[in-house]
Amino acid sequence: MTTARPSTKASNTAPTADTRIAMYRLLVELRYFEKRAYDLFLQNLVKGTSHLSLGQEAIAAAFGVAMRPGDHTFATYRGHAHTLARGVPMGPVLAELLGRENGLMAGKGGSMHLTSVEHGMMGSYAIIGAHLPIACGSAWSAQYRGTDEVSVAFFGDGTTNIGAFHEALNFAKIWDLPVVFVCENNLYMEYTAIKDVTAVEHPAADRAAAYGLEKIIVDGNDPDAMHEVATAALDRARAGGGPSLIEATTYRHGGHSRADPAKYRPEAEVQEWLARDPLPMYRARLIADGVAEKELVAIEEATAKAVDEATEFAKAGAAPGEDLLLKDVWSDGGWTWRN
Amino acid sequence: MAELTYREAIARGIAQEMRRDENVVFLGEDVAAAGGVFKGTVGLLEEFGPKRVRDTPISEQAILGAAMGAAMTGLRPVAEIMFSDFFAVCWDIVVNEIAKSRYMTNGQVSFPLVIRSGNGGGLRFGAQHSQSVESWAMAVPGLKVVVPSSPVDVVGLLAASIRDPDPVIFLEAKALYSTKGEVPEGDIHDELGKAKVLRRGDDATLVALGSMVPRAMKAAEQLATTGIDCTVVDVRSLVPLDTQTLLEEIGRTGRLFTVEENPRLCGWGGELVSIVGEEIFYDLDGAPVRITTPHIPLPAADALEDMAIPSVERIAERVQKAMQE
Repeated sequence: MTTARPSTKASNTAPTADTRIAMYRLLVELRYFEKRAYDLFLQNLVKGTSHLSLGQEAIAAAFGVAMRPGDHTFATYRGHAHTLARGVPMGPVLAELLGRENGLMAGKGGSMHLTSVEHGMMGSYAIIGAHLPIACGSAWSAQYRGTDEVSVAFFGDGTTNIGAFHEALNFAKIWDLPVVFVCENNLYMEYTAIKDVTAVEHPAADRAAAYGLEKIIVDGNDPDAMHEVATAALDRARAGGGPSLIEATTYRHGGHSRADPAKYRPEAEVQEWLARDPLPMYRARLIADGVAEKELVAIEEATAKAVDEATEFAKAGAAPGEDLLLKDVWSDGGWTWRN
Repeated sequence: MAELTYREAIARGIAQEMRRDENVVFLGEDVAAAGGVFKGTVGLLEEFGPKRVRDTPISEQAILGAAMGAAMTGLRPVAEIMFSDFFAVCWDIVVNEIAKSRYMTNGQVSFPLVIRSGNGGGLRFGAQHSQSVESWAMAVPGLKVVVPSSPVDVVGLLAASIRDPDPVIFLEAKALYSTKGEVPEGDIHDELGKAKVLRRGDDATLVALGSMVPRAMKAAEQLATTGIDCTVVDVRSLVPLDTQTLLEEIGRTGRLFTVEENPRLCGWGGELVSIVGEEIFYDLDGAPVRITTPHIPLPAADALEDMAIPSVERIAERVQKAMQE
């Protein structure tokens, strides 16, 4: 069993200094971006729903840095962070949230379906569990075509109780597919504590044995520990070692969605986890390890500016035109069902 | 020219495309070593090997999810759902994922995949292994829906479906698996969205699909002896729908009879009648008539199942009655 442990300089798989800076940069970007997204909800510029991963960014940041071009990401409707972590620029993502023509999918998908194939972001899926079998498919394709691409599916703890999760794990194992399943266990499915509705203590890791997989639990708020576990799983898949299932423990700072004030969570629990916020924690660790604070401040300032620019880009976008309404049902670009 | 059964035509069609394109792969339950529970895929494992022809667990979501993920990354998978009733346990992947993702992503992804499935009744399998689900699939934007009625159409339409860049639900009429027909040698490649006129008569137009096509043809032969000369059109493809041929053939006789295996409500014939009503109402000489299975789950007993699904006799009687009114 792999358990959470902070990386140390003694570990030969510990992330390099450059990797750690790259992770910090992503942590800051994901945090600043989603805070801005939240502000824009409050201004009613983002319609519909949206699911933030504030507090959970270390998982996306670590994988974003550890994955290679050509690898495939499959995320849930809580997918802003995973999209940005693959290098998708903030402007089009924010514009998509605002339903603008300059959005990542021209406003046709929205917050829950962020996709950028050119960045290996193969989609955000809003039906619980669906993307795990789909990630098996892209992994099968990579295996068939003889490439070393790895597919990674991120999902919440609630996903571990739906059938597709179990079908996908078994399928991935019997076909030795290069796929990594990452459960972001934030302790609550939506409004209900996962422990109240799950037969085992660790909703993903305790199921691993049933599929012949190693039990892996990691501190999802620790970028270094996350990176180490992510790299090991990616390397294993790339080398033909088959699938992995990782349970990363974390906590969302806000509610399940825009509509949820998260009053069901005990205040002491919230405070305990806020004290373990990955962003200030990692910042302090980097400085303690000798990184100059001014280097981190420069990242923070540049990111704040980039978020402002992305906001201006998004706000300047026009509403999608009627030409988009009937476009791209079929590969010929159209929607015709009769002659 | 060789005579093949409908079931043999399936393997012939898949093999033809697998030889042509190495990105075509095939997966499903009991499809490889066993050659399919209906023996529709016998010989594929032997010719193409276990890398391209793969047995899966009984995991329909995994089967279709795998097909989807493979299709969006360069392969052209053919997936089998053994009985079309089982679509109910993996319909999310079909409807929410495969059908919508191209549109939602503003055209970033394509799904060149085929989902084959044994559809409909006639084999006394009871309500959970006999359903006709073509109208489920037809109701979903983003899916093409194809139903062949003869061995040669199985090969040609399967080839067209596999070569098509979009997802195709390919429904095989289980009742026809043992029927035979001439299939020419060599590459056979048909076209989606083309209905086929099987017989021309001036009095009435019978429009049929899948297992109902041979029955409509036999009914037309019987009706001819009573002086009612029928046109029979095989729809073949519900999406895209060849309204051009259908409206022309219906308008020419002025009488429309749909022959549908599906339960009554929201069957494809209802859509066809509404198109006819909107577009060629004044060409009609009588009210359109839908001949369908009653709106019931299918019973198992042969006596009951035969009462439920439109028979040659019921089709002929219904047409005759309407033509006399």
